[in-house]
Amino acid sequence: MSVSFDRASRGFAALLFAAPMPAFAAGGGANATPAWAMLAYLVSGVLFILALRGLSSPASSRAGNRFGMIGMLIAVVTTLVTHSIASLPEILGAIAIGGIIGFVIARKIAMTDMPQLVAAFHSLVGLAAVLVGVAAYLNPDAFGILDDAGEILTVSRIELGLGVAIGAITFSGSVIAFLKLAGKMSGAPIMLPGRHVINLGVLGGIIGLTAYFSIMPTADTQTVFWIIVGLSFLIGFLLIIPIGGADMPVVVSMLNSYSGWAAAAMGFTLGNTAMIITGALVGSSGAILSYIMCKAMNRGFLSVIAGGFGAESGGGAAAAKTDRPWKAGSAEDAAYMMAQAENIIIIPGYGMAVAQAQHALREMGDVLKKEGVNVKYAIHPVAGRMPGHMNVLLAEANVPYDEVFELEDINSEFAQADVAFIIGANDVVNPAAKTDKSSPIYGMPVFDVDKAKTIFFIKRSMGGVGYAGVDNDVFYMDQTMMLLSDAKKMVEDIVKALQH
Amino acid sequence: MDLISILSIFVMACFVGYYVVWSVTPALHTPLMAVTNAISSVIIVGALIAAAASGAPAAKWLGLLGVVLASVNIFGGFAVTERMLAMYKKKERK
Repeated sequence: MSVSFDRASRGFAALLFAAPMPAFAAGGGANATPAWAMLAYLVSGVLFILALRGLSSPASSRAGNRFGMIGMLIAVVTTLVTHSIASLPEILGAIAIGGIIGFVIARKIAMTDMPQLVAAFHSLVGLAAVLVGVAAYLNPDAFGILDDAGEILTVSRIELGLGVAIGAITFSGSVIAFLKLAGKMSGAPIMLPGRHVINLGVLGGIIGLTAYFSIMPTADTQTVFWIIVGLSFLIGFLLIIPIGGADMPVVVSMLNSYSGWAAAAMGFTLGNTAMIITGALVGSSGAILSYIMCKAMNRGFLSVIAGGFGAESGGGAAAAKTDRPWKAGSAEDAAYMMAQAENIIIIPGYGMAVAQAQHALREMGDVLKKEGVNVKYAIHPVAGRMPGHMNVLLAEANVPYDEVFELEDINSEFAQADVAFIIGANDVVNPAAKTDKSSPIYGMPVFDVDKAKTIFFIKRSMGGVGYAGVDNDVFYMDQTMMLLSDAKKMVEDIVKALQH
Repeated sequence: MDLISILSIFVMACFVGYYVVWSVTPALHTPLMAVTNAISSVIIVGALIAAAASGAPAAKWLGLLGVVLASVNIFGGFAVTERMLAMYKKKERK
């Protein structure tokens, strides 16, 4: 913790680019950022906005991604040019090491593993935010956040405390989310006794200590700063362990949002427009996605965060219900019925991802289309383990995106559908969400598969009953045929049967 | 830049973010998360400042580590987004 007050290191760039504008109203120790650099950061922020804007349609999305890359390049180059650099090779080396690792991971990752990859990436942003915050605390002079007396500015201390706290929460929360999504840790909620009290206590502690840290002189608060960091790592961990696997889409979106707020807090510290715009964009993006996910599950955000969903397995009631009569079908039955059909709607769920059945499914779609069948895919907002997960998998399998529909766009079409083909989904087709007020999923918008003439339901066995642990009446309907098998194998068998 | 100007930019950017993100098609929500991940690594700016400064070795090494982590994210995030977006194809009309 060598806090340096070495003024000689500061403001080399400021001397070179002495701009005729009051760059920092912040005070004596501030590095003045030249006007052109401020402009460059603004451009980079605007490019980030365009990057997200591009995602409004698949056609414009790739151009958007390029804008994002250019924006990042501008931000990095501007930073390097406007600061005196003690050792450039080290920095370039660090970028190269990280870049190569990132690039290789991005190339190799299987599309089914996207949720855990995104969680892992979130954890890196969080940790980077913590490192930047700690570095700024150790070397405030370099960040231009000292006042004339050599103290860190009060406002900067608040920003530092918040940035480090949010970053640490993002880090440890994302690590747990990653472990759960990657199956390296049980997806079941881990409920500590009195966890709400513990969590609120820790949160209160962080807020209180941050306030204390920002008011008291820096010399008196060195330990306090580290306690804030430590508690924040702890709360991130505590917040995510009680949340079950089924709620991971919300958690991943929420952590996405946090990583944005962490970047924004650091942007405030540095007075950097690019960081602030980005932070606001990413923060709102994650928040909106969390909202969409919660709405699609008809659950309150707070109840998801409070955790515990999916803890009870439905118990005796569900087990007793599975004694009801149901019809089993074979691949040949399904192939025969579907070849005769006019309209087929396929509903993929997380089970399809687990079985890696998307390629076989697309093949089945191709064969059926050749037979003159109209094939559509219907995707529920919470299908899979992160927003848009199913869309990516279908895109990977070369399913054209104009055959893929969202819940509200396709739900009215089930009445005209000859076949509803459910593969690896369960809760999203459960009519209990519409009818049974006592059901834990009541109120969740679901597909009206019961209106289709025939339903094929691929499922591993009659045992499991979805993440919500609720029995599904669709299993026992007259028009339902259960195809009990591994999803990929079943679809491959259907393709074979179709080709005969 | 003073706090008020910065706060104004932040508030405006939140509104921009709100409208831009609602206009993202749900089919691209996974690429959206990947790309927001990549751009939130603009935090590398802070890491670079720490890594570039002389005078505080601990801060410098933390900065360098931050640069590595953020770079993983930047390159990985943009590359994986690019890979995903390349998969989204329209139906071939014959």
